[in-house]
Amino acid sequence: MKSLFVAFAPGEAEHAAGFFATLGGDWAATEVPPGLVADAAAAALRSASEGFTHIAAVSSMRSKDVLARLAGLLDAAMVTDAVSINSPTSFVRPIIAGTVLATVETMAQPVVVTFRPSGFSGDSAPGQMVSLPTPPEGQAKRTAENVRGGSRPDLSQAKRIVSGGRPLKDAETFERVIGSLADRLGGAVGATRAAVDSGIAPNELQVGQTGKIVAPDLYVAAGISGSTQHMAGIKDSKCIVAINTDPDAPIFEFADFGLVADLFQAVPELASKL
Amino acid sequence: MNVLVPIKRVVDPYARVKPLPDGSGLDVGSVKFDVNPFDEIAVEEAVRMKEADPSIHVTVVSIGGAECEEQLRKALAYGADEAVLVETNDPMDSTVVATELEAVVRQLNPDLVLMGKQATDDDCNQAGQMLAAKLGWPQATFACKIEVGSGTARVVRETDTGEETLEMNLPCLVTTDLRLNEPRYIPLPGIVRARTKPLSKQPRATSAQPKTRVTRLDSPPPRPAGRKVGSVDELVAALRERGVL
Repeated sequence: MKSLFVAFAPGEAEHAAGFFATLGGDWAATEVPPGLVADAAAAALRSASEGFTHIAAVSSMRSKDVLARLAGLLDAAMVTDAVSINSPTSFVRPIIAGTVLATVETMAQPVVVTFRPSGFSGDSAPGQMVSLPTPPEGQAKRTAENVRGGSRPDLSQAKRIVSGGRPLKDAETFERVIGSLADRLGGAVGATRAAVDSGIAPNELQVGQTGKIVAPDLYVAAGISGSTQHMAGIKDSKCIVAINTDPDAPIFEFADFGLVADLFQAVPELASKL
Repeated sequence: MNVLVPIKRVVDPYARVKPLPDGSGLDVGSVKFDVNPFDEIAVEEAVRMKEADPSIHVTVVSIGGAECEEQLRKALAYGADEAVLVETNDPMDSTVVATELEAVVRQLNPDLVLMGKQATDDDCNQAGQMLAAKLGWPQATFACKIEVGSGTARVVRETDTGEETLEMNLPCLVTTDLRLNEPRYIPLPGIVRARTKPLSKQPRATSAQPKTRVTRLDSPPPRPAGRKVGSVDELVAALRERGVL
């Protein structure tokens, strides 16, 4: 058994250690440079992955885009969003917006896996680095790119996250209230689907089953009711704080600490007392 | 131009479903089934293209049992021109779906395949990319804007860090994300009219076997119950005690 880790972003290698320590066997690592479109990346990975039993990457939109295409090229079995491993042919993954855990058995090789790093611990190191063969020219051409971000930590790897929902009203209020507390905590900013859909927050900040799955040490949810979809994205957080005016909001069932209060008063007050 | 929209019948995404006590399957009870919401967005987008250019022909396809006819009829009610049901009760995973869809594409020769980024039941996010790989077509996943010109498509797609624009020659495959559009409400006449639109049934074209199977379903462990705090001061104290500040 020999696995290949495919890194799509810096900092992912440390998450790979836990995954491969749990999976067992030797592993090698390769890196897909930023900017490569899926068809070109998958074609290059196809030759790089020869001889490996498992090809794995940290779950992200990019890894799903590329690795599912790679699985199609390799005629491989594929497991998306693995959260634990029973054996090299049996994985657990969430389905139905995280409300059910499915045990999936793979019946062919190679096995292509994307995994959520928070589920794995342990230490291991790659035995070798595999350089990615020169990719073919992409069939799709990237003609424009709008990378947002700035100085805050990456949402999917942040230790502290402050998220807001639709009660934040508009983009300016959202940034002022949520952004200030996040900066005070040295953390990232997240948002609900409702906040993103109504234009209060940009799409890449969406936390939830169809957005980013996060697992910080501290997750502060302000003005978030706690839809199934959103909770699926935050349930592995170590400590969840909910601030909401509605005492019956479902998020209070999940929160470690709940504060029934107006977020426009409580969030700035919290920031000032840290 | 021909657009093919594969759709999946899924358990109502707004219903709470639980595993059966023995973990052998889902307790769907009286829960309804519907078109996968991401596929619904794909159908809506294809129908909008057709409304802008009536020469566009929209075919919807589903793979599954006879009951999938219900979801195909709904897609026809949206405004699709015809429907194909690949009728089977075989166990399937994304690899089988992609292999069967590849055969349907070879049969119908669409210029564009438009489908949901993932199904809300298994949440796999695989079939579209696998199909594009098998066809050797360019792909754009997580689309939030699609413009089709003569022989080309320009797609704005959501990424982990923002958005990017991809340009591709047709034929190509696009998977749809939430913010591409908001599917319309279907008025009654549309549903009635859909009954007379063509829906053909055909058997599977391949003998592809699944490469994964679900052996067990469980409920996730519940989070331990938390507590309410009375003030911001109390919250700060609790967070310090927990060691997260």
